Amino acid sequence: MASRTVDDLVEGILDGKHAALARAITTIENKEDDYRALVSRLYEHVGGADVIGITGSPGAGKSTLVDKLAKHYRDEGLTVGVIAIDPSSPFTGGAVLGDRIRMASTSTDMDVFFRSMSARGTLGGLSTATADAVRALDAFGKDKIIIETVGAGQNEIDVVKTADTVAVLVPPGSGDDVQMLKAGILEIGDVFVVNKADLPGADRTVTELRNMLEQGDRGPDDWEPEIVETVATDAEGILDLVDTLRAHADWLDETGQREARARTRTAEEIRTILRDDASALIEEEIEARGGIDELTERVLAGETDPYTLADDLITPLADAVETRHND
Amino acid sequence: MSTDGTQRKIRCLVAKVGLDGHDRGAHVIARAFRDAGFEVIYSGLHKSPDEIVNAAVQEDVDVLGISILSGAHNTLVPKVIEGLQEYDAFEDTLVIVGGIIPDDDREDLLEQGVSAVFGPGTPMEETIEFIEENAPR
Repeated sequence: MASRTVDDLVEGILDGKHAALARAITTIENKEDDYRALVSRLYEHVGGADVIGITGSPGAGKSTLVDKLAKHYRDEGLTVGVIAIDPSSPFTGGAVLGDRIRMASTSTDMDVFFRSMSARGTLGGLSTATADAVRALDAFGKDKIIIETVGAGQNEIDVVKTADTVAVLVPPGSGDDVQMLKAGILEIGDVFVVNKADLPGADRTVTELRNMLEQGDRGPDDWEPEIVETVATDAEGILDLVDTLRAHADWLDETGQREARARTRTAEEIRTILRDDASALIEEEIEARGGIDELTERVLAGETDPYTLADDLITPLADAVETRHND
Repeated sequence: MSTDGTQRKIRCLVAKVGLDGHDRGAHVIARAFRDAGFEVIYSGLHKSPDEIVNAAVQEDVDVLGISILSGAHNTLVPKVIEGLQEYDAFEDTLVIVGGIIPDDDREDLLEQGVSAVFGPGTPMEETIEFIEENAPR
């Protein structure tokens, strides 16, 4: 399997082979040479899955909740895919991906396809890789796909935006109102889950959340974010959560929002891919001019300044665009 | 676009199989692997061979490190290997075993498809070097 071709992978995925799906996600994650060809091929087979994003601070109970959700969907006869994203060390690039440990209810069930991904570096591209991995799971035929990530920054917010419905976990006593606003989580959540609702302070957190959500400016046709209380370790409140997620999915379909979101997402994706490609071209140009170290030396030696350098480097690209316009 | 963008990482599953509650070694190994730049997935304690197989297949790991201190390696390890074969994942997975394995059993494990057995006191660098040299792909 070491040298599987794109054809093998696509065929394997459509054939329900788990190893092919796993290798396809690796290909995407590593950005291997043929990953674009692979994703292009997957496009014609996607479209059936409902994608749920789950985010929240470390220790909020995301993985445990995902486990219980997956179990519930399996009991309904649905198949499930999970992508769990963990940070990686900025020093060694290594990572310990621990979300899998919490998947106790479903770990013997091959029809819950659980994949850990690390946020490799901060060079962006994570949201593209996640969206492409979701595509692979979708093409494989998964009914429900859950993306789980720590909600701590733009990168993660971009990731979770690849979902149709976003649930934000808020543990009780997780700070005052200002903390919530600061994190910018109010804007991205369709559903807010106060997990560990058996802990003291849960009621207060629910009240605070409600107050804050009421202050948000929403039009009459907008979705009103719901608050659900759960105790994930005991599977308490899971039914409520499932119902709320379903209500949001129905709302997406009825209002045409699912399509609208997909449109925004696609536009964003095209932009991200092009930006990555443009940076790659610029990197090549930097190399062609002697590499970044040499350019830096020239600035430090007072021969030039960063702006002049940038102008200089971008000229061939700009010229190409210009020529195209004039054609 | 080009090969420049490729971001390959060695992925390892550190697995505890069966009724064996000692995971200090597994934790130390997981950390050392992470510091070596690997992506490490830790299974947690008391996993069945099936659970380990599912994890290894889904995570598409290059290396499966099984830690066993209970003495049940002769029954558990073959089950894991069979499972990997069933899902066409055995060929690209480097299976290594760590823990307390009597000399007589080592040969058997190696014959069944385990690539190396690391006993107590093995220097961490030795294990990491072995993985870097032998991980598939």
